[in-house]
Amino acid sequence: MQRVKVRADMPPGHVRTPAYLRGKIGVTERLLGPFPNPEDLAYGHVGQSLILHRVRFSMAELWGDAAEAPEDTLEAEIYAHWLEPVDAP
Amino acid sequence: MPHDHHDHLSPSGHPYRPDDDQPLSYWQTLEIAVRELLVEKGITTPADIAVQIDAMDARNPAMGAKVVARYWTDADFAAALIEDAARATREMGFDIGPLKLIALPNTATLHNIVVCTLCSCYPRNLLGLPPDWYKSRAYRSRTVREPRKVLAEFGVTLPDNTEVRVHDSTADMRYIVIPNRPGGTDGWDAAALADLVTRDSMIGTGLPRTP
Amino acid sequence: MTNASFDGRRWHDMGGDIAGPVPTDQHDFSLWEKRVDALMVLCSGKGLFTVDGLRRVLEDMGEDSFETMTYYERWIASVNQNLIEAGAYTTAELATKMAQVQARGTTYGEASDAAR
Repeated sequence: MQRVKVRADMPPGHVRTPAYLRGKIGVTERLLGPFPNPEDLAYGHVGQSLILHRVRFSMAELWGDAAEAPEDTLEAEIYAHWLEPVDAP
Repeated sequence: MPHDHHDHLSPSGHPYRPDDDQPLSYWQTLEIAVRELLVEKGITTPADIAVQIDAMDARNPAMGAKVVARYWTDADFAAALIEDAARATREMGFDIGPLKLIALPNTATLHNIVVCTLCSCYPRNLLGLPPDWYKSRAYRSRTVREPRKVLAEFGVTLPDNTEVRVHDSTADMRYIVIPNRPGGTDGWDAAALADLVTRDSMIGTGLPRTP
Repeated sequence: MTNASFDGRRWHDMGGDIAGPVPTDQHDFSLWEKRVDALMVLCSGKGLFTVDGLRRVLEDMGEDSFETMTYYERWIASVNQNLIEAGAYTTAELATKMAQVQARGTTYGEASDAAR
């Protein structure tokens, strides 16, 4: 599975990438779409067509030592423009 | 016209719904005004609105329960549901509109739970409108950080070796958890099994009833 | 005084926050709430605006609205704003209509039924 990093940007305005995932590294579990970009649709514009990744994170990655159970996982849908590739470790 | 609170009939002669004899609020005024403007502008009709309300009222967790029960009893359907849950659900005859759906099967070592931290996305076209707690600050905030504590509040305690997988419903897909089939149900047909499937078991905050 | 610790995270983006027990109380939806829901579905179905537009306005309404308004109160406020942005009607038309509605009676039933 492809390793990806969520961009750590913090723009104002309507985005669908939760803040707690920004800057975090996960793996793309599956690809979906393309779907129109909600950041365009929210303002009445035509949505740019984007691939949607379902990204799986470990709770250890998200919460560090504070994780309730480090081996538990979380999956979220992240649009392609919010993701950066990560080189293999 | 003074409103007689004893006969509970509206000026049109129909019984009031429970909310109808409360003092009119600003936001209710806005709803009535927006609705009437949309009708006057030809954008919608009272009939369209009534049909939409009836369609939403008809959607409820029993629809999802039938999907789960068929997953448990029909291997071909189970494979189709994993491949494309929306298509498989439509092929069962359910009107789910434009819903895009992913089925999340639990296993002996995996428990799925669904949340929407950014708003309150929910598979409403299959399960009906979400429960109030699903939209609460507490559920939206805590489920991604301490799902086991949230589950415990719902009465669900999982073994340490069961992986909890939280699904944050951030974009276009909606989710239905497929709970594990309860033990002691060998030979049960899908209709009987569906009665064991609770709404919360399809969100992941509950487990099915046991026989 | 400026808040030097603000990092741009918006109020609605609450995943991971500390919060109390999940509330268990539940209410049945009333007719006016179902109507708000239906208007959203019908208007978005006709392309007047999107669910993303609904969310954008809900977010811009701010945290105070989340704490002080009910779910469908927030929704009708957002639906209305999106419809005005879409040009479905004007604020002046809305003002006139709201005054007419309020003049019909003091309950939702009276104000709603009088239009039939």
